[in-house]
Amino acid sequence: MRIAFKTSYDTDIDFHEHWNNRFWIIALVVVMALLPFIVSEYYLAEVANTLIFSLAGMGLMLLVGHTGQVSLGHAAFLAIGAYTDAALMNAGWPFLIAFPVAGLAAGLFGALIAIPAVRLSGIYLAIATLAVFVIVEEIIILAEPITGGVGGLFAPTIEIFGLSFDRYANLSNFYWLCLVIVVLVTLGYSNLMRSSTGRSFLAVRDSEVSARALGIDVTRTRALAFGLSCAVTGLAGALMGHFIGFFNYELFSIFISINLLLVVTIGGLGFIQGAFLGAILITAMPQIIAILRDGLNATAGIDLGSIPGLDTIIFSLILITFIIYEPAGLYGRWLKMRVWWEIFPLARRDMFRRQKSYLKTERQK
Amino acid sequence: MSLLKAEDIAVHFGGVKAVDGVSFEVDEGEVFAIIGPNGAGKSTIFNLISRIYTMTRGKITFDGTDITRLPSHKVAPLGIARTFQNIELFDHSTVLQNLLMGRHTHRSTNFVEDILFLPKVRREEREHRKRVEEVIEFLELEAYRGKMIAGLPYGVRKVVEIGRALAMGPKLILLDEPASGLSVEESQEVAFWIEDMRRDMGLTVLMVEHDMKLVSAVADRVLAVNNGRPLALGTPAEVQSDPHVQAAYLGTPEEDAA
Ligand SMILES: Nc1ncnc2c1ncn2[C@@H]1O[C@H](COP(=O)(O)OP(=O)(O)OP(=O)(O)O)[C@@H](O)[C@H]1O
Ligand SMILES: [Mg+2]
Repeated sequence: MRIAFKTSYDTDIDFHEHWNNRFWIIALVVVMALLPFIVSEYYLAEVANTLIFSLAGMGLMLLVGHTGQVSLGHAAFLAIGAYTDAALMNAGWPFLIAFPVAGLAAGLFGALIAIPAVRLSGIYLAIATLAVFVIVEEIIILAEPITGGVGGLFAPTIEIFGLSFDRYANLSNFYWLCLVIVVLVTLGYSNLMRSSTGRSFLAVRDSEVSARALGIDVTRTRALAFGLSCAVTGLAGALMGHFIGFFNYELFSIFISINLLLVVTIGGLGFIQGAFLGAILITAMPQIIAILRDGLNATAGIDLGSIPGLDTIIFSLILITFIIYEPAGLYGRWLKMRVWWEIFPLARRDMFRRQKSYLKTERQK
Repeated sequence: MSLLKAEDIAVHFGGVKAVDGVSFEVDEGEVFAIIGPNGAGKSTIFNLISRIYTMTRGKITFDGTDITRLPSHKVAPLGIARTFQNIELFDHSTVLQNLLMGRHTHRSTNFVEDILFLPKVRREEREHRKRVEEVIEFLELEAYRGKMIAGLPYGVRKVVEIGRALAMGPKLILLDEPASGLSVEESQEVAFWIEDMRRDMGLTVLMVEHDMKLVSAVADRVLAVNNGRPLALGTPAEVQSDPHVQAAYLGTPEEDAA
C-alpha cells in the first residue's frame, strides 16, 4: 500500500502525487517516441490513427465528460478543422500557421453555435448539434471552390522548416508530429482541469443552481467548454485530413460522431485517460475481431466471414456489455484493479459496489 | 446599519402566491432567522435573494446595491453565499474540489492562463488552498479532504456545503435548514459554528430553520411567515409567544385570519 506524505500544497497542485506515477508517464512517452524504430510501418500508421482519435476523443471528453453536455455533431468540427487546414495550405499557408488557425476556426464556430445551443440540454442539445452537423455537411458540398464539393480535396504534404512530414513518404515524421501535438494538448487539458476554469466546468456539470450561487456564469462556461472542445476536435480533424490524404464530406459522417461518443463513454467519462483507452479500443476493435475470426476459421474451420454484418454485431455487443457492466468505462475498471492490487489481499467483494446516493428533488430549495 | 433589505417582495407561480408581500431588514453582524410551517415560502425567499426566481413585485437591496434584476451569477461576487435545503454539492468531485469551487469569485486568471498554467495560476491556487484549509480546520473536515461527495454520509455533506459557502469569504451567508436531518450533537455543533461565524468571521447570517431550540440559541431576531405572508417579527421569545404564530403551527382556524 502506498501512502503519500504531503508536505506542501504544491503536492496537490502538481500532476502526480506519487513519483512512480510520474515515472510511468515519462516512460510511456519515451516508448511512444521510440515506436518508429520498433514497429512496422503498418502498425505505426495504426498508432498514428489511434493518436488522432485520442485527440478528437479529448475534444469530446471536455464537453461530455467534464461539462456534461452531449454533442452528436462533432464530425462537423472535425470537418471544419480538416477543410480549413487543407484549404489554407492549398492557398499557400504554411502548416504551422494553417493548423492552429484550423483549430481556432472550429473553436470559434463552436462557441458561436454554443451561445444559443447551450441553453438547451439533454436530448434537445443532442438534436441541435445534429442539426448543426447536417448544415455544415451541406455547406461543405455547396462551397465547391474551397472544399472541392462532392469530389473532395487533397491535403497537401506538411512541411516544417523544409522538413517533410508526408504521411506516406515520411511516416515516422508524421507520427512524431501527431505525438507532439497530442502530448501538448494533453498537457493543456490537464492544466485546465487543475485550475479554476476546469473546476467551473465540473460545477456546471454536477449542479447548475450551485454553480450559479457560487458566481459561475453557466451560459458563458458552457460556451467556453463548447468552443475549447470544438477547437481540439478541429485540430484532430486537420490531422485526420493529412492522414487520409484525399477526402470529401463522406469522411466526416454521423458515424464518426457516434464513434467519438463511444470513445469517451467506453473510455470512461470524466477522465482524460479515458479518451486514450477508448480510442485504443475503438480503433483496435475491428482488427481484433478480424484476427479472432481468422483464428476461428483456421482452427475450427468455422467461416464467420461469410455471414455479412457479423463484425458490426460483435462490435455492438461488446459496447453494450461495457455500458451495462462498467459505466465508469475502461479507466474506471483500471482504477479499481489498481486499488485491488495496492491493498492486496485486503480488498472486499462489495468494495466497489455502487453507492446509493441521496435523491435530489426538482424543487430548488 | 442594514446589510440586506427586502421591501414588499412577492412571487407568484400561476395561482400559488409562494411569497406575497414580505419585508424585512437584516443588520450587519446579525443572526436573523426565518421560521414557518412547511410550504410557508421560506426557501422561496432565499431563491429570490439568490435570483433563482424573479420577483413579481418588490425590491431587494444588498449593501446599497439593488439586486432585484441582477443575473443570478452576479449575486455571489457581491458577497452573498448560500446553502440549499436539499444539498446541492458537486457529487463527482472531492470535498477539497468542492471547497475550491467556492473560491470562484476570487479567481483572477482567464482560461488561456489556466491552460498554460502560468506561475500566476499556481500562486493563486496556493492562495485558494490556504483559504480552503482554514475552512477545513474550522469545520473539522480534515478526514474527508480527498473523499468523493457521492460516498459521504448526509451529515458530512451538510457541513461540506456550509464549508463551500464559507470558502467564498462572503459578507452574508444564507443557510437553508442547516440542522435538518442532523443528530442532536450535530445540530449543537451547527449552533457553535453559527456563533463563530458571527463573532470570529464577522459574518451576517440569514437562516431558515425549523428547530426552535437552535433558533432561540443563535438568532437575534426571527421573522415568522405563513402562506407567503409575514406573521410576526421580533426576538425568538417574542415570536414564539405570538398568538398568530402559535395558531399557524397548531393549525387552528385563526390561521386564516392571519
Ligand atoms: N418553482 C415553483 N413553482 C411552483 N410553485 C413553487 C415553486 N417553488 C415553490 N413553490 C411553492 O411555493 C410554496 C412555498 O415553497 P417553499 O419551498 O418556499 O416552502 P418552505 O417554506 O421552504 O417549506 P419547507 O419547510 O417545506 O422547506 C409551496 O407551496 C411550493 O409548492
Ligand atoms: Mg424550504
